[in-house]
Amino acid sequence: MKNLHSIMLDKEKCKGCTNCIKRCPTEAIRVRNSKARIIDQRCIDCGECIRTCPYHAKYAITDSLEEINKFQYKIALPAPSFYAQFEVDDVNKLLYALLELGFDDVFEVAKAAEIVTYFTKQFILSEKNKKPIISSACPAVVRLIQTKFPDLIENILPIASPMEVAAYIAKKKIQREKGIEEDKIGAFFISPCAAKMTYVNSPLGFERSYVDGVIAIKDVYGLVRSKLREIKDIKPLSIASGKGIGWAASGGESLALEIEEYVNVDGIHNVAKVLEEIENGRLKDIVYFEGLACSGGCVGGPLAVENPYVAKNRIKRLSSKLKDKEESLSAWTEEIINSFSLKLEDVLFEKELETNPVLELDSDIERAMEKFEKVNNILSMLPGLDCGACGSPTCKTLAEDIVRGFANDTDCIFILRENIKELANKMVELSNKLPPSLERNDE
Amino acid sequence: MLLELEFEIEPGNFILAGEASSKIKETLKKLGVKPEILKKVAIVSYEAEMNIVIHSVGGILKAIISKDKIEVIAQDNGPGIEDIELAMKEGYSTAPEEIRNLGFGAGMGLPNMKKYSDYFEIDSQKGKGTRVYMIIYNK
Ligand code: SF4
Ligand code: SF4
Repeated sequence: MKNLHSIMLDKEKCKGCTNCIKRCPTEAIRVRNSKARIIDQRCIDCGECIRTCPYHAKYAITDSLEEINKFQYKIALPAPSFYAQFEVDDVNKLLYALLELGFDDVFEVAKAAEIVTYFTKQFILSEKNKKPIISSACPAVVRLIQTKFPDLIENILPIASPMEVAAYIAKKKIQREKGIEEDKIGAFFISPCAAKMTYVNSPLGFERSYVDGVIAIKDVYGLVRSKLREIKDIKPLSIASGKGIGWAASGGESLALEIEEYVNVDGIHNVAKVLEEIENGRLKDIVYFEGLACSGGCVGGPLAVENPYVAKNRIKRLSSKLKDKEESLSAWTEEIINSFSLKLEDVLFEKELETNPVLELDSDIERAMEKFEKVNNILSMLPGLDCGACGSPTCKTLAEDIVRGFANDTDCIFILRENIKELANKMVELSNKLPPSLERNDE
Repeated sequence: MLLELEFEIEPGNFILAGEASSKIKETLKKLGVKPEILKKVAIVSYEAEMNIVIHSVGGILKAIISKDKIEVIAQDNGPGIEDIELAMKEGYSTAPEEIRNLGFGAGMGLPNMKKYSDYFEIDSQKGKGTRVYMIIYNK
């Protein structure tokens, strides 16, 4: 499985402090020559290292705003979490500000989220699904499952993410309304998320993505703020309801589904813990599991600016403000679904998700078993302090790295010290010995 | 080649409960065992571990991994099961109220273990202990 990733290292800034290697949920980072190195196939782009690095040496590659000029017609797809970055009472102002940045149109990912909710409800009722159904909205969680929980792949909701649905509908709409060819229309996700960038380059469950670029919220934040000050009269552009906007924060997706038997978990390590329990056959009464890699949900995304707790509160306020309009807004959802005659089949995955077997010791089970024993033997010689000085996150990972041929036992400073001590003792011993020509026995 | 993993299970310790089966699972993932097989072993070893935690005075959980099969053995030191046939019924449980309140002991342990293993054998003597032996073929 190819697993391109978007998170990069600024070598200049990296001090090799080993903070990031400790937090990575897939043990994808090593420190070599005092610099962090990401193992491409292991990285799931959860952004945990971006948040952890005290020197801001980790960053995500995204597209610049200039990219949009490659297209004749430019559509902005703001993530629901985009709304939470600014202190505004009217979402329309924000959408208008995006137009001011050079976009010709906006389509709210929050609206697409409502469409996804609509089809997810249908899917939940279908017989063939495995419970609990695991949300596929967070690509980092999907990748975590492919890498660490391969037996849960079949529980993943095989429905396109809101971002993807938004791009699809927005492009079709413009084609229809303006008669512009599809390849002249550019759809750009305004993103809190590094994993979505990776998704666009190598989609999950689909051959290709309708999204043409991903622009970090932090990169447009300043511009949007300054535009907001200038905006006087605004056109009503927003059609998303509180339910769609609610997707920005952890639990919003489940809430929109209006079911009671759900669990929502945020933070990649917490998500991993609960996935373990699902694996054990617990959480059997749960119909839906919403796991989001970022703490707080997408509002806590690595490319978002605002404090996630403040952002979460704004999402709540915006959602409840739309309460009275909820009915007419959900009528919009159905209108869109009908006008494109969308059916569940249209949003289902085109291809199955593969497992990402990078954590396997060997593809041949017998050889893997041998390696496993070797790992354990090496591990019993290591001090078990998990200090990270060797550049691997734990003694166990070092043992595996040694067996895989990427490291040496003397990378462990304790073993190195032991060896040096032994050597020193030998030297002392040798230095006490005299050459035979001088050796004399006076007795 | 055989890989043997053995874990001692403490009775009544719900904090540690699940650790042994987690380690078994982790090992199988490192070995590249197929997801379908992994899933079965995950469930039976977890249920077996929980049974020792809930019902016994302590015991061991063991996994013997070879190329074509995974054997899971749960052996405890008592008190044993009075009526095995009854214990194998779905929903039948002797777990005390406070454990049920924790969400365990719903009486699905043994039936699930049987359901998800390819071979299932249970041996129990009142006052002595219980031994469950399961095989999951790695095909
Ligand atoms: S946290 Fe990682 S990337 Fe940041 S300075 Fe430390 S080693 Fe380098
Ligand atoms: S929680 Fe949201 S922002 Fe964070 S990785 Fe997942 S999808 Fe991206």
